[in-house]
Amino acid sequence: MNKEQYQKLVKKYEPQENKIKNVFLAFISGGCLGLSCQILATFFQNVLGMSTETSYSFVCIILIFLASLFTALGFFDDLVSKYRAGLIIPTTGFAHSMSSSALDYRKDGMITGLGSNIFKLAGSVLLYGIISAFLFGYLGVIFYG
Amino acid sequence: MAKNETGIYLNHYATVVGPLEKKSHLEKLELCMDDYYFGEKSFEQAEIKMQKTALDQLLAKAELKSEDLSLLISGDLSDQIGVSSIAAVASQIPFLGVYNACATFVESLILACMYLKNHSKNKVICMTSSHNLHAEKQFRFPIEYGAPKKKTSTFTTTGAVATLISKEKSRFKLGNYTIGKAIDMGLNDTSNMGAIMAPAAAQTIYRHLQDNKMSPKDYDIILTGDLGEVGSKLLKEYFKTTYQIDLKNHVDAGSDIYLEKDKEKVLSGGSGPSALPIYLFHKVLKNKKNKKILLVATGSLHNPLFVNQKQTIPAIAHAIELEVIS
Repeated sequence: MNKEQYQKLVKKYEPQENKIKNVFLAFISGGCLGLSCQILATFFQNVLGMSTETSYSFVCIILIFLASLFTALGFFDDLVSKYRAGLIIPTTGFAHSMSSSALDYRKDGMITGLGSNIFKLAGSVLLYGIISAFLFGYLGVIFYG
Repeated sequence: MAKNETGIYLNHYATVVGPLEKKSHLEKLELCMDDYYFGEKSFEQAEIKMQKTALDQLLAKAELKSEDLSLLISGDLSDQIGVSSIAAVASQIPFLGVYNACATFVESLILACMYLKNHSKNKVICMTSSHNLHAEKQFRFPIEYGAPKKKTSTFTTTGAVATLISKEKSRFKLGNYTIGKAIDMGLNDTSNMGAIMAPAAAQTIYRHLQDNKMSPKDYDIILTGDLGEVGSKLLKEYFKTTYQIDLKNHVDAGSDIYLEKDKEKVLSGGSGPSALPIYLFHKVLKNKKNKKILLVATGSLHNPLFVNQKQTIPAIAHAIELEVIS
């Protein structure tokens, strides 16, 4: 059997992911997360009298805190692998990737371990996020002044 | 192929298994870990302690001291086989470190046979270990990161195994062996190691059968290490299409270690260099029907750096016969 034939065979035996189920779970979980954040933001605005911008920042901080806390408590990874994009796309995914790296590499030293590995997964998001923010910022200035 | 007529025996074995393996299809376990730390501060230290514990247990069983031994051959999955090297310091037995990923155990048995051929009065220890969370950190993602896994991916078994090999007669006789060739089928999916290793297993089994003029029926069981469910299906299919032989008595250790309820966690099955030996000692040899066994340890010689550079992954499989003398 040559390489091409074998690769075809491998494709045939690969169990298929249930994409519809994954999409549905991500939609529901991501939606619920978004809804609860909006409720929280509205609460901050109406009851505590915060401005819209400040309330969103507070919600964001709460999300990051909870995702990191639940990662450290050891059950957030199970939720992420179940709900996938529903929890990875919001800022919870970013917090989760950083706190899980931090937990792993803390034992390898503060500089050689934690410091140099905390952005192991989140580094690409940061780098390309900043580059695209820079580019789109220029485009915004050019087209809209 | 190499004939092994002089009679080399596996005299004793000692194992340490992890928490998930404790509640699995394995029987009559000796030492089990209640958690992945094993009383240590990190998973890496835990794996070192597992090897040391297995070795101490083996020496106690065989009533030997480390001075009585002339060679320790061991390997594991950590970078530069760090675990085995550090564990070897404590025993002060002359040490050979080996690495063939998950095929390490059979590789060490073969080396022991070669060594004993010329040093017939000596005693050799073959040891290997793997630790799920240590391997997870090394080859995949940080432990607490919930990366979605494909159904083809395998779950590294946690266990350490030490065996004593010598020419002294005992119940388990090591027979002919076949050293595998490194092959590359052009695959580089790290979450489907079974598919990468299956052709290596098929080629080694076929060469072994041809060289010894045997057929699969001559063995009670052909035991592969960690192909997983996907890899096992591929092995049978590959064997049938390429050599027109039906591998009916093939069992894969990794696919059968864990209970049905852990399926969601282990996906395609167990893997790692300790999967084959712990399943052999705590399942296959506990069944009296299994007299003549062909051990085929399969290894995916995967290096994260080369995978990132789009290099395809080579695989290897080594085979050795094990006969139970009643």
